Amino acid sequence: MADIINFTIDGKECVAEKGTLILQAVQENDIYIPTLCNYKGVKPQGSCRICTVRANDRLTTACTTPVGDGMEIENDTSEINDFRKSVIELLFVEGNHFCPACEMSGECELQALAYRFQMMVPRFTYQFPKREIDARHPKILKDQNRCIRCKRCIRTIKDEKGRSVFAFFGRGKNIEVNVDPVLGSKLTDKLAAKAVEVCPVGSILPREKGFRTPIGQRKFDHEPIGSEYKH
Amino acid sequence: MSKPVLATATLAGCFGCHMSLLDIDEKILDLIELVEFNKSPLTDIKNFTKKCDIGLIEGGCCNSENVHVLKDFRKNCNILVSFGECAIMGGLPAFRNPIPIKECLEEAYLNGPSVKGNNKSGIIPNDEEIPMMLDKVYPCHEIVKIDYFLPGCPPSAELIWNALTALITGNEMELPYEVIKFD
Ligand code: SF4
Ligand code: SF4
Ligand code: SF4
Ligand code: FES
Repeated sequence: MADIINFTIDGKECVAEKGTLILQAVQENDIYIPTLCNYKGVKPQGSCRICTVRANDRLTTACTTPVGDGMEIENDTSEINDFRKSVIELLFVEGNHFCPACEMSGECELQALAYRFQMMVPRFTYQFPKREIDARHPKILKDQNRCIRCKRCIRTIKDEKGRSVFAFFGRGKNIEVNVDPVLGSKLTDKLAAKAVEVCPVGSILPREKGFRTPIGQRKFDHEPIGSEYKH
Repeated sequence: MSKPVLATATLAGCFGCHMSLLDIDEKILDLIELVEFNKSPLTDIKNFTKKCDIGLIEGGCCNSENVHVLKDFRKNCNILVSFGECAIMGGLPAFRNPIPIKECLEEAYLNGPSVKGNNKSGIIPNDEEIPMMLDKVYPCHEIVKIDYFLPGCPPSAELIWNALTALITGNEMELPYEVIKFD
């Protein structure tokens, strides 16, 4: 039998198998932790920091840290939630997110997080960066205004030889996630659809198919993101 | 007790947020019972005639006139509320923000398809009567202090109503999930 360890989440006693990541251990207890860069079935990278918890008094990312025996985890506290909200706000001011004109509005995870954490206005100054829309590819549009550089596309969308269709270009605050022109031109319908699905925001869009779902029927119109968890 | 006084303004907005205010339907009759309107496009009162309790601002600041009106509202209203995405983050007009203002004006008056070849004198309007364009469109809270924010394009009538009644009665505001939307 696997080693079972004990830990607490906001004071509640829980158990998990040794080696389980905090994110998974918390989810198994039907408790929600927000995530953005993390994607099911892909190795966690811990880059967006939205899943931050306080574990034994240290801030750490739940998607990359294994739970330890006797660990005390703070998750749903005003301090942690405000920290998460500040991450969401930073992402909003860092790009150009005009939701009313966005094809993914109502289905976007960043927007849904802003709703869940009740972001009325970001506390930071809007940057209004100059970003382009890349419309050169036959199946998808790549809107750089909305890319949050989570690398979900880079890590999941590969051709039959295992080559990534998306890749980083540039450095620092000018870094962009671009589409490989050759692989992009050969993208199958299936892979294009998967790229759209994998992107948490409206940065990868299917061509000729905007605003498909009427307002009121979209994913996050009625239920907050994470509603599948009880707490 | 005298009624709380409400003022409203449209800066760089489309008037949609004001339309949403009117969308509270028959509750507009309750609102008239609850508050007295002062300077507002709804009353057509052009200048403040008294100090107001609540000012609702639609739209961001795209020119000197917007800044002037916004500062006038800050001076004359105890509580100032940004309502709608344009007031909160510049909105559609802020699409021009990443582009230098010179390029925007040249596109609008010299090079755009509807003007190219027609503006023979090559003049970009610069009469001092015309409000000066700002280098970019500013969210209201980057110009003056704003006390509350009501997101949405436009904010739903329910959100506006909940906010106004909370401000007037001093009760805590109801914020059910479905009323906060950015679109
Ligand atoms: S990607 Fe999401 S947050 Fe950004 S504009 Fe679109 S809906 Fe809004
Ligand atoms: S395109 Fe989408 S999935 Fe790829 S890095 Fe940008 S936000 Fe993430
Ligand atoms: S937020 Fe929307 S409805 Fe309100 S002024 Fe701006 S564009 Fe119009
Ligand atoms: S989901 Fe854990 S850091 Fe992004």
